[in-house]
Amino acid sequence: MKLESIRHYIAWRAAQELKKGIVNLGIGIPTLVADYLTPGKVTLHSENGILGVGAAPAEGFADRDLINAGKQPITQLPHTSFFDSSLSFAMMRGGHLDATVIGALQVAENGDIASWAIPGKDVLGVGGVMDLVAGAKKVIVTTTHLNAKGEPKILSRCTYPLTAKGRVDTVITEYAVFKIRSGQLYLEEIVAGISLDELKQITPASYEVSANLQRVNAFDLVK
Amino acid sequence: MQNVKGNQVETNVQFLTAEDAIAKIPANGATMMVGGFGDSGIPEYLLQAVMNRDEVTELTIMSNNITEGSNLNELFLLNRIKKAIGSYFTTNKAVMKAYNEGRIDIELIPQGTFSEALRLGGSGIPAFYTPTSAGTELAEGKETRYFNNREYVLEHSLSADVALIKAYKADKAGNLIYRKTARNFNPLMAMAADLTIVEVEEIVEVGELDPESIVTPFIFVDVIVKRVVNA
Repeated sequence: MKLESIRHYIAWRAAQELKKGIVNLGIGIPTLVADYLTPGKVTLHSENGILGVGAAPAEGFADRDLINAGKQPITQLPHTSFFDSSLSFAMMRGGHLDATVIGALQVAENGDIASWAIPGKDVLGVGGVMDLVAGAKKVIVTTTHLNAKGEPKILSRCTYPLTAKGRVDTVITEYAVFKIRSGQLYLEEIVAGISLDELKQITPASYEVSANLQRVNAFDLVK
Repeated sequence: MQNVKGNQVETNVQFLTAEDAIAKIPANGATMMVGGFGDSGIPEYLLQAVMNRDEVTELTIMSNNITEGSNLNELFLLNRIKKAIGSYFTTNKAVMKAYNEGRIDIELIPQGTFSEALRLGGSGIPAFYTPTSAGTELAEGKETRYFNNREYVLEHSLSADVALIKAYKADKAGNLIYRKTARNFNPLMAMAADLTIVEVEEIVEVGELDPESIVTPFIFVDVIVKRVVNA
């Protein structure tokens, strides 16, 4: 399976968790989630000051004053509103967002997340992710199961600098869906073609297998 | 009771050329807020005038980021910025390089903390507790406190000598409206600086802006400059 298909599968699977409400999508795989949401049911928020983010404009119709937090051109919708950055972050930090979907470098079994800095590299950018993770009612992490070097990303403890402690609710990868309840990691879903043992080998975190474990034919599900 | 016609309204807001407005900035070592996010809402025309006045140097800039290709980046490339306070400098390679070579100091603040620090800096509140960054490297050395069993970090509000901001329209009293996501940090910075200089695309008569739609009342504004587009 090609990386691009994997990314789209993870995005599609995250969209299944978002049936309605107000959601902020991060950069990377989370940006792809927008393509799989039911139009009109989920309103997208972007931290640079817009509630009601529309699709990318047709070529030639980009407006410099209408962008998302990824600095890409967007369009407005009939129910769109604009506001300053402080109000935008009040929405996030104040617990008014139903969910956020973000990427991660590492996630720990207790819900800790590391997503903004790699040890030994210069850290000159954090952006809005710490506020987002601190405030959203539900934090969904979408990530490939392993990083580009083939190292596991779901761990017992994060070794990279933290974005927040204990805030992650759901982790979605190309192999599995994990949920964290009361500080305990549960395996909720595993795709066909990988055994529980094989998953364990690439997931050095302590987790319990949910009593309702789902087996899914992952890539057949993406329309 | 006051009974005033629009053309009789006089406020303390001055309407100046960019050159005259920038002449008001303290020459050496000013702290300066600059609005904008990405390419949206950057006061490019005012920044051009800052570039043209060499004495304005040793600047401490408060801006979310330094967008490549912007005049704020040009000012940085002219070595006029000694320190930048904001949330995201990673995508600007020249800034990264200057930081590694010790040519610029950087203070990193989460974006929501940055925006709230601006709002409260203009609101008479010197510090505030936020859950953001609790338990992370960015909270190291900062006071923390538990409220309802959750850890919060004490952050200080921001103020500056000058704010350069971008609005869409001003009326002749100095009230401002913005356009779409170009609003971002601009109204917050207008509140938080001793001297607020605003670049606008259009100046309209008093009464032409709907009072319900005014985002920045003129009380937060000192100088308005109409952007002049070179032919």
